[in-house]
Parts: sequence; C-alpha cells; structure tokens
Amino acid sequence: MNDMSNATLKSYITGFIWSLGLTLIAYALVIHHSFSSRILIAAVVGLALVQFLLQLVYFLHLGRETKPRWKLFVFLFMVMVVAILVFGSLWIMNNLNYRMTPNQVNTYLNNQGGGF
Amino acid sequence: MSQPTTIAPANRKDATTVFGFWVYLMTDCVLFASLFATYAVLHHNSFGGPSAQTLFSLPNVLAETIILLTSSFTCGLAMLAAHRNHKDQVVFWFGVTFLLGLAFLGIEMSEFNRLVQTGNGWQRSGFLSSFFTLVGTHGLHITVGLTWMAVMVAKVTSTGLTKANVRRLTLLSLFWHFLDVIWIFIFTIVYLLGALGS
Repeated sequence: MNDMSNATLKSYITGFIWSLGLTLIAYALVIHHSFSSRILIAAVVGLALVQFLLQLVYFLHLGRETKPRWKLFVFLFMVMVVAILVFGSLWIMNNLNYRMTPNQVNTYLNNQGGGF
Repeated sequence: MSQPTTIAPANRKDATTVFGFWVYLMTDCVLFASLFATYAVLHHNSFGGPSAQTLFSLPNVLAETIILLTSSFTCGLAMLAAHRNHKDQVVFWFGVTFLLGLAFLGIEMSEFNRLVQTGNGWQRSGFLSSFFTLVGTHGLHITVGLTWMAVMVAKVTSTGLTKANVRRLTLLSLFWHFLDVIWIFIFTIVYLLGALGS
C-alpha cells in the first residue's frame, strides 16, 4: 500500500524522459501536419494515452502495490465512470444535434411548457 | 542509491491516509471528466468568434507543458530526498518545483489575459466558456498546490522531516503528479486537437 515503496531515481528519470519525448513527438506531428487529419488525431490521442499510462506507473506508482490492490480497483472504477460520463455525454449531444436543429430544440422545449 | 523501502507495520496508518487521498484524486478525475465532456460538446460553438484553431499560441503551450512536466519530475526528486532524510535537498527540490509551478501559472495567466484583452473572454461563446472553465479549474488546482507547497517548505524548514511531515509531503507529491497527468489531456484535447481543427 505504501505509495513510495519501489520509488527510485531510475523510475523518475525513465518516466520523465519518455514523457518529454512523447510530448515533443505529438507537438512535432501537429506542427508539421504531415499526415491526414484522421491519422494525426488517432496518433496524438494514442501518444497521450501512452504518456498517461507511463506517468501513472513511473510518477504515481500505480500497480506497484501489494495485494489487495485497492488503489488499482478505485482507479479502474474511476476509468469506468469517466468513460460513461464522457462518451455518454457525446453520444447524447451528437444524437440530439443529428435529430433536431437548434431552432427545433427551442420550439420543442417551449411546447413542453418549459424552455428558455 | 535509494533502494526500495519496505513497509513496516507502523506505516499502515500512513498507507491508509495515502489511500484516502488517492480516492479523492480519483473523484477529482470525475470532476475534470465532466468539464472535458462539456468542452467536447461545446468546442465548435464559437458563435461567430474565433475557433480553437486560430486562438491559441502553441509554442507557449509547449513551454507550459515542459515546465509542468519538469516540475513533476523535480517533485519526485524531492520525495526521494525526503525518504533518504535529506532535509536541505527536500527544501531545494520543492523550491525548484514551486518556481516551475509559478512559471507555468504565469504563462497561463498571461495567455488568459491576452484572450480577455482581445475580447475573447469567457462571455464570448460557448466554446470559450467551456475552455476557461476547464483550463481555469486546472489552474486553480495548481494555485492550491503551490500554496500547499509553500506551507510545507516552511513547515519542513522549521520542524524538520518528521514522520507527519513526510506523510504530508507524500500527499502533496501525489497531488502534483496528478495535476501533470490531467495536463496531458488538456494539452492533447484542447490545444493539439484544437490546432488540427477537430
């Protein structure tokens, strides 16, 4: 459970250099814009996720605890809540945009007796 | 140097405190997730004003990112020194972390100031409201972290590396690393994807 067990200078340096490299690669990709936007978006998001995992392991020492791994469980639960929250919101709002124009939304809300 | 320390039973209470703080950090992630979702929904609604593609200065943002990343690293060095009981090094590395954090906040505030001065404040559009709320909330966390750091440096200087102080420093370092993790996503989603116009 102790957060600082296994924390060493080497792990901080590894995490720092990798994070720096991934940040610069993502930045250079966007500045030079050498691929199509679709590939660039996937690449940049992928690099961010890799850096996220690296910092979790090397800076926040996730996954280094002994059993029972409560930190990991709470973390995974957070990931689930965040995924539902973010993808759920985007899904609902995109679906709303798809089905109704903003004017239709206003008319609909007014007809319901509420609205703005 | 600094071989892994094993956990003595006396440390169990500290471990519980650290776990409690970890739970707080995970709930803070949910707060940021809701702000990210708001931003994702609203970021095209620029109401005829400037979009993310034309508004942000990427070199400044890269500087902010590298400064915050470096401060996360020096914060780790400070914790290693704390576990080796080197008080002067702890004060030095947290001092460096504090100055880097201050530099980050300075760049962010000057960017905010530039946006507001050019008429692109939070009242301009849904996009800018959600931008200022998301990035501003992160900046507020940084401000709280810097205040906490200043208090802890003063405490360590006056009372030394007591067990309670090392525990507090552990929580502070978790908080600081966590803020850098959140920044990865602000950097990527708001600034990099914003520059790509998506």
